Amino acid sequence: MIYREAGQFKTTYAADQAIFPIVQDRVFVAVLLAAAFLVPPLAANEYWLQAILIPFLIYSLAALGLNLLTGYAGQLSLGTGGFMAVGAYSAFKLATAFPWLDIIVVFLLSGLVAAGVGIVFGIPSLRIKGFYLAVATLAAQFFLIWLFNKVAWFVNYAPSGTITAPPRTVAGVMVTGPEATAAVRYVTALGLVVLFAWVAKNLVRGRVGRSWMAIRDRDIAAEIIGIRPLRTKLLAFAISSFYCGVAGAEFVFLYLGSAETLAFDISLSFLVLFMVIIGGLGSILGSFLGAGFIVLVPIFLTNAPHLIGIGMPVALQKQIELMVFGALIIFFLIVEPAGLARLWQITKEKLRLWPFPH
Amino acid sequence: MSKILVPVLALALLAGPAASAVFAQAKEVFIPLLVYRTGPYAPSGIPIANGFVDYFTLINERDGGINGVKLAWEECETQYDTKQGVECYERLKGKGPTGAVVVNPYSTGISYQLIPKAPVDKTPILSMGYGMSASSDGRWFPWVFNFPTNYWSQASAVIRYIGTQEGGLDKLKGKKIVHVHHNSPYGKEANPTLETLARQFGFELTLLPVDHPGQEQKSTWLQVRRINPDWIFMSGWGVMNQVGIKEAAAINFKMDHFIGNWWSANDSDVVPAADGAKGYKGATFHAPGTSFKVFQEVVKNVYDKGKGAGKKEEMGEPLYNRGIVNAMFAVEAIRTAMAQYGNKPMTGEQVRWGFEHLNLTDKRLEELGMKGFTHPVKVSCEDHESSGPILVQQWDGKKWTVVSDWIQPMREVVRPKIEAAAVEEGKKLGYTMRDCSKEK
Repeated sequence: MIYREAGQFKTTYAADQAIFPIVQDRVFVAVLLAAAFLVPPLAANEYWLQAILIPFLIYSLAALGLNLLTGYAGQLSLGTGGFMAVGAYSAFKLATAFPWLDIIVVFLLSGLVAAGVGIVFGIPSLRIKGFYLAVATLAAQFFLIWLFNKVAWFVNYAPSGTITAPPRTVAGVMVTGPEATAAVRYVTALGLVVLFAWVAKNLVRGRVGRSWMAIRDRDIAAEIIGIRPLRTKLLAFAISSFYCGVAGAEFVFLYLGSAETLAFDISLSFLVLFMVIIGGLGSILGSFLGAGFIVLVPIFLTNAPHLIGIGMPVALQKQIELMVFGALIIFFLIVEPAGLARLWQITKEKLRLWPFPH
Repeated sequence: MSKILVPVLALALLAGPAASAVFAQAKEVFIPLLVYRTGPYAPSGIPIANGFVDYFTLINERDGGINGVKLAWEECETQYDTKQGVECYERLKGKGPTGAVVVNPYSTGISYQLIPKAPVDKTPILSMGYGMSASSDGRWFPWVFNFPTNYWSQASAVIRYIGTQEGGLDKLKGKKIVHVHHNSPYGKEANPTLETLARQFGFELTLLPVDHPGQEQKSTWLQVRRINPDWIFMSGWGVMNQVGIKEAAAINFKMDHFIGNWWSANDSDVVPAADGAKGYKGATFHAPGTSFKVFQEVVKNVYDKGKGAGKKEEMGEPLYNRGIVNAMFAVEAIRTAMAQYGNKPMTGEQVRWGFEHLNLTDKRLEELGMKGFTHPVKVSCEDHESSGPILVQQWDGKKWTVVSDWIQPMREVVRPKIEAAAVEEGKKLGYTMRDCSKEK
């Protein structure tokens, strides 16, 4: 009833090609964005910002990156953790070597470094496909983690091998380091993720995204119609790794504050891959929904027994959490194998006919 | 179904912190306990957590709290994972009438993460015998305490012990010593000290990292066989310890030349290797076993009332006892703070003062029923470590027995390195050195 596009006529190509062609969608997104920028910094406490919202935004960015590669270009990758580590360690090196450098610039530069590494590890994708490629990217994961653990230069010769985010400001406001408030970190992470989501959305509906999808759907056909696999695949690896690199830098600088290589181990790669699969392969929105699901549900399950006043031993609670979480994943995959993004789409379709479905 | 489920989940999530914010404003101090009772580190995590809770229960049951102020605590499962550690810390730090008064991260990784936050949140960190060794310099890290001794002191004391076994430190020349360590900030901590000592005494040091979680060590022990070392020192944790000891037994290494650090010498580490573990040694800064008065008190006031956290038979395991010692330090620090600020719920800042002025004498330990159980500790503004001595304990197949006197660390080697490292680590965080002569 409310959600209906009747009467909205598009008179220009620009209007027809808008990201949100329906007025209601535009209003909804605008309100959502305004709320995201204003409400949590003013209303949420530090626990909410630091332990829930910031990791959610950072994981969303990483999932977005992997979704470009796996969901759109069809190249299965298990190297996400490794690429995030590249971003994190290069951000650390850059921030400590050039203390005057703006931290946002540091994030972007470390994304570029990660993109370079991504291209190198993307080269095998020209020869191998599918699960075999996943195994090849696994090599990236293990090699990069080993490298950061082994070569002390990456951690500025700290005996413990830990990298710590140094205090840095943007325009006089402390953004990283212990003195930075959670609200500032949150706004920084949100700003970056909104910007990059917008870029990604435009990438995938333009020439680049179409060539990725052509490669994904049938690479031989794509080659015949004039898409060069070398450039297309490597571009997918580069851009995806850029996103993951920025996410990795934020992971240490805005979220953890200090990290060791263990934070970027294989389980992180799997976690991001699960986000993409549960959220929806080949969907920008899906990256956010998947990250939300994987970050929020375990935290909810941890807190749930307290809420209903059941005190139980933490070990038991953790086991239950893992079981329920696993069951939920299976449940959602059975209900909607195409991911949460598809569920959202179905909801929208239903909403258009509501309250008089025919 | 899913249409109902999602809003319900969202609502409950929103309601979560709101509900937990309603917390009794009772006369109590709150201590968050970051524990790991599940995952690959659970074999080490469970006894510590039990020791902690049992000692707190003892204080509440027997004495009615500390000078009438009850201890309140809540456990939070971290699985030894830094990300879950952040979540736990952020969730628990504001609880209780005065917030968290001390946090025990029980993970070097999580300690590193919390160290920058401590001065901001005004919550002191007690990383007892772990964490960042550089934080022993209280002038740079006023909020962090790692007494009674740290990894660097431990490594130097172990080398001193090896020296005495070989017949003098000068006999170390040309000896081959291997450090099998967990490939993480924790495992690497001892490396710089061992390297310095290797140069000083002329022994050949090989560092062999084992990757998390440490279930797979075949290649490491193949290297050990090739090197054929005289001594092995191990810094392991969780499942890595049992695997390491089993592998050592499998290659028939002389177990009495295999020394674990104080996190690598618990019952759960040696039992899986059965007879193969006989003779294995471990460092510690408190005695194993239950022959001290405090344990009778725990049995009487906690287990006999059915309030024990674990099984009564597991008391006396090194890591259980460590939980007891750690909890005792926290309680005594709060007591010291109360002597200064009055018998009311302390704040984190006041407890920090208490830690800094903690002076556990032999007499006080006797009052606590811990005479001979652990060494006296005196903390000061400059020295948050107090370079306490260590003991070496040995596994005889059934129980641990102490086989050495108190071994002093090489403070003259370690302390200058600590001070240098503190400058470096402190500057990274933008700290400045405080002047201890101006502290009251």
